[in-house]
Amino acid sequence: MNLLEKLDAAAAARKSLLPDGVGAFGIPIEEVYSATEARIGDRRVLLLGTNNYLGLTFAPECIQAAHEALDKEGTGTTGSRMANGSYFGHRALEREFADFYQCSGGIVFTTGYQANLGTISGLVGPGDTVLIDGDSHASIYDGCILSGADIVRFRHNDVADMEKRLRRLGERVETTLIIAEGIYSMLGDQAPLAEIVELKNKYRCILLLDEAHSLGVLGETGQGLVEQTGLLKAVDFITGTFSKSLCSIGGFCVSNHPQLEQLRYVSHPYIFTASPSPATIASTRAALELLRKGSHLRTQLWKNCTQLYAQLKETGYQLGPDPGPVIAAILDTPQQALLMWRSLLEHNIYVNLILPPAAPEGKSLVRCSVNAAHTSEQIKYVGDTFAKLYNLVRS
Amino acid sequence: MSETDYDQIVQLLCDRLADLSKTSKESISPETNLITQLSIDSIKLLGLIMEIEDAFDISIPINALTDIQTVHELAELIHKIKSAS
Ligand SMILES: Cc1ncc(COP(=O)(O)O)c(C=O)c1O
Repeated sequence: MNLLEKLDAAAAARKSLLPDGVGAFGIPIEEVYSATEARIGDRRVLLLGTNNYLGLTFAPECIQAAHEALDKEGTGTTGSRMANGSYFGHRALEREFADFYQCSGGIVFTTGYQANLGTISGLVGPGDTVLIDGDSHASIYDGCILSGADIVRFRHNDVADMEKRLRRLGERVETTLIIAEGIYSMLGDQAPLAEIVELKNKYRCILLLDEAHSLGVLGETGQGLVEQTGLLKAVDFITGTFSKSLCSIGGFCVSNHPQLEQLRYVSHPYIFTASPSPATIASTRAALELLRKGSHLRTQLWKNCTQLYAQLKETGYQLGPDPGPVIAAILDTPQQALLMWRSLLEHNIYVNLILPPAAPEGKSLVRCSVNAAHTSEQIKYVGDTFAKLYNLVRS
Repeated sequence: MSETDYDQIVQLLCDRLADLSKTSKESISPETNLITQLSIDSIKLLGLIMEIEDAFDISIPINALTDIQTVHELAELIHKIKSAS
């Protein structure tokens, strides 16, 4: 099989899963009207498949900040910070993130994906070990592969399993990095951070927590799981993304370890890529300010999450263990999930379809993400529609 | 570790692989290719690795699996890690 034939074989496998070629992946969105509505084909749909948790995509403060930066500094930086220099905005945003997390330092990356790649591959290398949750995001897996370190997985959110693996590492724990996520993006469940911290202290490892989905969502000021659990100081490195609750593009890493600065000089995903554009940085800075002051947004978000989670559960759907902005209905087969996804779209509701191997343990998911801008009526309509469609998937 | 340990590993692998690929144990030998002959996908393989880790109380880094094609190669890797632990 040559290279192109291998791609043909992969395409055939994909088509056998989705025989009628329905465009569930990368669906064309023709127009976006607001944080909750858009047009797909000729349908005006309710958006429940975004990561716009605080509903800030059209926040006037962010749009204005982006406009001003665009006018003042142009469309792009045209190069990496290492070679072409750091703009005021990049440095200011790093200070603001460090301040937000009460840390001594912060680094901004061009995407959240690169924040994980850059941080992990900067911290560990060949001969070291990364101990990661089996359900980790692809950016964590890819960062580990890029690093050349030995990759050991523990069963998802299973601290007893994690300890077993720490014990087996023997003296190698000294050069082991543990990685977990605040909220896992598939089922919306949270890491057992207190127990993980206990083990990290017992075995004296370094702990990295990715707050991609929990930033803005958990904790009084929105720091994430570290704030909700009161464990901010116990985590060595925190990464996250601007692409979800902050509604732009980019990523960050913060830490109290002074060695964080050294990552800028060793981390290819930081060095060999262009820095975020001025408008991106400006809207992120404005969004971070709104996020910090946004406890009313979090209250509304959690009201919406609890309402939908409760209604789906009552209807009989199997859901992830924790209510939260990611609410996934777990279905037995890809066919059921596809049918459900398509029926929801016919009722003008857009959600995410997740099929194996992307979903954990061979499951198929119809995943909703709830945001603070959804009205209680919109959430009720979604819950009622799921209830109406329940017989499609009842086993 | 001795030869018998290697044989035990092969035995355990054949048992588990027969289960996972829904084929008979007799049709699996050390030369059997996990991917082309047994269609063991990456998810199944990672699950199997976790079971083996527990059975032998070892850690098998997943990056060590990239070159593994056959039952024999997997058994040899496990044998090597077990002997070093
Ligand atoms: C857990 C996790 N980490 C990192 C990322 C990457 O973020 P970004 O979209 O900024 O590349 C994502 C987003 O998909 C994610 O879910």
